[in-house]
Amino acid sequence: MAGHATLAKDFVANDERAHWHDKALWFVRHKRDNISHSLPEWETLRETASQVKLHTITHLAKYLEEFEANAKKLGVHVHWASNAAEHNEIVLRILQQHNVKRVVKSKSMLTEECHLNPHLEAAGMEVVDTDLGERIVQLQKEAPSHIVLPAIHIKKEEVGEVFHQFLDTEKGASDPGYLTEAARQHLRENFLAADAGITGVNFGIAATGGFVVCTNEGNADLGTALPNLHIACMGIEKLIPAPEHLSLFTRLLARSATGQPITTYTSHFHGPKPGGEMHIVLVDNGRSNILGSDEFRSSLSCIRCGACMNTCPVYRRSGGHSYQSTVPGPIGSILGPASDPAKHSSLPFACSLCGSCTDVCPVKIDLHHQLLTWRREIYVRGLLPLSKTFPMKVMSKVFQHPGLYAFGGGIARKALRVMPRWMIYNPLNSWGRKRELPEAPKESFRDLYKKRKRP
Amino acid sequence: MPRIGLFIPCYIDQFYPDVGLATLEVLERYGCEVEFPEAQTCCGQPMANTGCVDAAVPLAERMIEIFAPYEYVVAPSGSCVAMVREHYSDMLPLSNALQEFQAKTFELCEFLTDVLKIEHVEGQFPYKVGLHQSCHGLRELRLARSSETVGEEFNKARQLLEQMKGITFADLNRKDECCGFGGTFAVQEEAVSCMMGLDRLADHYESGTEVLTAGDMSCLMHLDGLNRRQPKPVAVMHIAQILAGRQPEGSVRVNATEGGIA
Repeated sequence: MAGHATLAKDFVANDERAHWHDKALWFVRHKRDNISHSLPEWETLRETASQVKLHTITHLAKYLEEFEANAKKLGVHVHWASNAAEHNEIVLRILQQHNVKRVVKSKSMLTEECHLNPHLEAAGMEVVDTDLGERIVQLQKEAPSHIVLPAIHIKKEEVGEVFHQFLDTEKGASDPGYLTEAARQHLRENFLAADAGITGVNFGIAATGGFVVCTNEGNADLGTALPNLHIACMGIEKLIPAPEHLSLFTRLLARSATGQPITTYTSHFHGPKPGGEMHIVLVDNGRSNILGSDEFRSSLSCIRCGACMNTCPVYRRSGGHSYQSTVPGPIGSILGPASDPAKHSSLPFACSLCGSCTDVCPVKIDLHHQLLTWRREIYVRGLLPLSKTFPMKVMSKVFQHPGLYAFGGGIARKALRVMPRWMIYNPLNSWGRKRELPEAPKESFRDLYKKRKRP
Repeated sequence: MPRIGLFIPCYIDQFYPDVGLATLEVLERYGCEVEFPEAQTCCGQPMANTGCVDAAVPLAERMIEIFAPYEYVVAPSGSCVAMVREHYSDMLPLSNALQEFQAKTFELCEFLTDVLKIEHVEGQFPYKVGLHQSCHGLRELRLARSSETVGEEFNKARQLLEQMKGITFADLNRKDECCGFGGTFAVQEEAVSCMMGLDRLADHYESGTEVLTAGDMSCLMHLDGLNRRQPKPVAVMHIAQILAGRQPEGSVRVNATEGGIA
């Protein structure tokens, strides 16, 4: 499998598009800065949210059992899935028991992670993603490239082409208002025809057994208000202890994600509607392994706001698909290797260690430090190629001998001064493709220092 | 008179000797007794950042031993100091020697503002300066308020530079975005790294930067490498050179296509 660097290089090769992508996401980061800087208590909110999440995940068994018991009291059927396959089977079985043919689904990165859609489609069901961005990528037969803005990599003209092909809009139309209205009409038909609605969960509340789904389009609401069957798929880390903790997270989530004070719809579900049926599927799928690791535990605090993606200078310039992971960007580069270190071994290196992700994270996950820790893990597990480890071992040996280092440095500088340009800037010198090497001085600092001391 | 062990990162020793001299001069000007222990080589950051901790450990152990005799350790690099202060504990067992070393190691600007409490910087620098905030200094050592976080603004490098006569600052569009150097990232992710660097440069060019400066020569090595292939390269100087009273010499443009490369 091609690593991140290869796919990123392809993305960067289209300079105009790469800059368009960078600017679109920087705009979101900028909105996030403006709104977070308008709250003097911002850092207190982050710290408190971080503490609440760490408390919850370190008492997860207790809160999960409390959540299950309270949800059952509300008349909800609660299911437990240890992995993606179990999750998909549980959802399929519920749908089959209700003779469901058509499903509407609001945004849920968990169902992406589990690849639920193909599983249901293979059983003859039609699944329509109702989030506008997700619908666009679904029609394009692509995966989301961002967890909050799934179609951020697609230009409006390209959306126009897709809609012309599938929704019969006018050819060449690219007006966002026109296209959105077309999507609205198209989705409405699907909402009305659906036999079941699937949603994700932003926050499960242990003390009440209720849960909260945040959207900007109201699609989760319509998708659960119309059909009688509602299945909510929820990662086990989505819990918070009690309702009084919720506002902390709703305030942080929308501000961090899009720079809004709150999501347009913050929908609270406490049991099935009259005559309806509600199921919650609690999914582990590797989460308890992360919980067992001291280094990576806090990555489970993630509330999936996507702020680390918007701020990441590498993500903005390489696109979500270059990560080849359900969740891309900094948090995805931690979660990806946790699920499959060999497959995702290049992701912790798709990072300049700038630390901007850590500083925007609303729950203060030390993302860039965890990425560094993953590099070590990948090395320790023997997943780092010799081309990377060998030079480091040689350099380490040289640096342990100051005389050898000073001598070698002198030779290298001399070589840089006398070698012809074509020899230095050879095709293997990837530094020199777009960059000059520094001018090599005759004397190093230590040479000059010696002279200075003995005038 | 504080007795300082001068910590000169390996690439500065080899490629930017004047940055080392400037650091030495600045510290001596403020009354420090400075010594460069010649046994030092590299702090181990390239190895540690590649994940090869076992290759970094012996270098970290050497550093602790070499700098043991000094009251303070000062380096003209936020990144190498961050390696010592923030990451040595990840790979070495906790010990008094380690903790002492971490507690006495400072980046040049923070040493001047926080330890020596310098309030007046002599000299003039009548140029528009583009101050690049190197990430490890910014977000590991907290040498300035990062644009992501909310709170009182401060900037230790700027606080010093502002004292110089005639100096002005370029108002950047993105005030602390990464330049894309990132150590081995610069070659492993060459495409993204160069795009990041060129974007930073474009911001400086548009904002009227005459002299591009930073607390880390590694960022500047990458940026100047790109800069020198642009039509109108700006001058690039380490902050220690400005503080030591050097004046800009200008970066020489290289027409890479003439040298036989595509």
